Amino acid sequence: MSTSIDSRTRPGKPGRHERDGESPQEPGGTPPPAPPGPHDAGGTSERANVARLLLGLVGLIAVVWFAANAFLAFAYHPEWFADSKLLIGVLALVIGVGGAYLMFFFLNMFVEGMPGRLSRGVIPYAFLLPGFGLMAVMLLYPAIQTINYSFANADSTEYVGLDNYREIFGDSEFRQAIFNNILWLLIVPAVVVFIGLIIAVLVDRLSAQGEKIAKSTIFLPMAISFVGASAIWTLVYAYDDPSESPTGLLNAIWRALGGSPQTWLQESGLRLNSILLMVILVWLQVGFAMILLSSAIKGVPEDTLEAARIDGASEFQIFTKVVVPQIKGTIITVFITVLILVLKVFDIVYVLTNGRNETQVVANLFFKQLFQSDNAGVASSIVVVLLLAVTPVLIYQVRHFRREEAGR
Amino acid sequence: MTDLSKAPTAEAAITSPTAEETGRRPRMQKGLMADGRRRSPFSIITMAVVCVLWTLPTIGLLVTSFRSREAQGGTGWWTALWNGGWTVENYKGVFEGADLGGSLLNSVLVAVPATIIPIMFAAFAAYAFSFMDFRGKDLLFIAIVAVMVVPIQVAFQPLLNLVGPNGLGIQGEFIAVWLLHTGFGMPLAIYTLRNYMATLPKTVIESAKIDGATHFQTFWKLIVPMSVPALAAFAILQFLWVWNDLLIAKLFLNSDNSTVIVDLQGLLGAQGQGTELLPAGAFISIAIPMIVFFALQRYFVRGLTSGAVKG
Repeated sequence: MSTSIDSRTRPGKPGRHERDGESPQEPGGTPPPAPPGPHDAGGTSERANVARLLLGLVGLIAVVWFAANAFLAFAYHPEWFADSKLLIGVLALVIGVGGAYLMFFFLNMFVEGMPGRLSRGVIPYAFLLPGFGLMAVMLLYPAIQTINYSFANADSTEYVGLDNYREIFGDSEFRQAIFNNILWLLIVPAVVVFIGLIIAVLVDRLSAQGEKIAKSTIFLPMAISFVGASAIWTLVYAYDDPSESPTGLLNAIWRALGGSPQTWLQESGLRLNSILLMVILVWLQVGFAMILLSSAIKGVPEDTLEAARIDGASEFQIFTKVVVPQIKGTIITVFITVLILVLKVFDIVYVLTNGRNETQVVANLFFKQLFQSDNAGVASSIVVVLLLAVTPVLIYQVRHFRREEAGR
Repeated sequence: MTDLSKAPTAEAAITSPTAEETGRRPRMQKGLMADGRRRSPFSIITMAVVCVLWTLPTIGLLVTSFRSREAQGGTGWWTALWNGGWTVENYKGVFEGADLGGSLLNSVLVAVPATIIPIMFAAFAAYAFSFMDFRGKDLLFIAIVAVMVVPIQVAFQPLLNLVGPNGLGIQGEFIAVWLLHTGFGMPLAIYTLRNYMATLPKTVIESAKIDGATHFQTFWKLIVPMSVPALAAFAILQFLWVWNDLLIAKLFLNSDNSTVIVDLQGLLGAQGQGTELLPAGAFISIAIPMIVFFALQRYFVRGLTSGAVKG
């Protein structure tokens, strides 16, 4: 994982270069870098620097106050900005980035103004604070509040104990959503990994040019939104009366084979419609699986393959007994990533069927309860169930991460 | 997001020929490729079929978007070559009538700040995780790993209250969405950037310290310039995520500010007049992330392989 992002930067090199540019030995004879001597830079002084403390604090408060008010003004008084969205957007970018810079600048100044030891102890937390603060407000607080709401009534004014949970588990639509989610979980990650693996093996046998084209083609849908994909696949699944010529690709093929036109997304027999929705997600995600698996396959040492060949193993045996065991880690990674995505699948179902004809899934049911039935209590309890369903994956991820870090 | 020790080659695999491929032979032998491997007709044919299958739905949308309302409803798009019905009116209509033009601008206005603003917050946190020692470091980072898995739906009801009329009163405005995307993008951003920074040599930081540079100076002068590939990788992921998002835009933006994805979803459910514009609108909404994707494919793949799990 440590080398995960970039193999080409050769981290050491630009760094050294950077340092060379600043070092005093440089022929140009430029003075040492901006920081003044080690003893008067704020971070290392052993006594508190009151001026820095004060300036830092005042600056910090001023910047946060100004940025917060500017952003609120965008919402409250668009007329101040000539009602121009573009102007507001540009100003938001400038104030957002500039404000963030100044905030860190003054925050850093404030911490550097503290006595040396205290300053060194506090500075990591100062760097973490804004990011974690945002996460606390946007994720932690709401998550706790949602758990809280799940024990309350529809408009969160009174506690109702476990009533919401009793209601959802007694609701056939919820049970159906759970059933469908399990179906999605069983089918989609496995199919994505399987197809991704096959494609990864096949592209490995193409010429360099062919491989590049094939990979880009399969990978492209990764950039398409779920809604865009739904628009694309609506055309595939479109229905036309038998008297008219088909406009949907699937019905055209089906009719060419002698079938009569079907309204595919309403056919719940054998959960055909759910499976057709899954096809869309598979189409979107196979590229991701292929890219990761392909790189893993390329990383399998040639000599292990050679040894197997000398032992007379067939290509299929080599693949299943030599290649697959060596890329198991990547297979699991892809599987888990798709699994997490599938647990939360929403857009495709919402856009194409909105849960009709037995295609309901948990995330869509949550949306329905929250915004069509306006029942915050029930909606919260649904999402808490979703949270519980994610927990095993979450624990797995954390453990996996710790193992990786230990091996670093 | 996990076993990515081999991930760097993914990028090389999609963007550039590997070393073995560059050592070309002077003359091609029959049945052999330029790099001397045996040609595999089975792979070539299967992959050609798969590629056609994979592209066909999108081509269908593209062709349909250039057909008149009657043609769209009357005949399949694959018959367009001989049945005709070609027109560019749909694209004109998208920008003039259907207001999708305004939504496109909204999408840009939502996506650009929501992509750029989180970066600095995350970069400072990633710096602290990579180059500083402090109590609770492991625990805090594990919290980030965990939060990336959590479905963002858990946050909606309380956040609706927070930005709603009884709270800040900013629901429906861009700022609400910028704020949400900044918060929701933070775990992924910190995780991606930290994983990259951890690969940078510690000695650079050490020597900067000896020269008397503070952390703040080291961050700006050394770490940020060295981290550009990771910053770009995150920016692309976040841009695609924000651009393609339906849920947050639908819940937290009013109809004046709605993004093209939300409009598209509305059109998908509609019947009658204006639906002929849908394929054109959908194609435009897809084209922009695709351009970003093609232009910056290298960074995009890099970002994916560095752990693109997001709630």
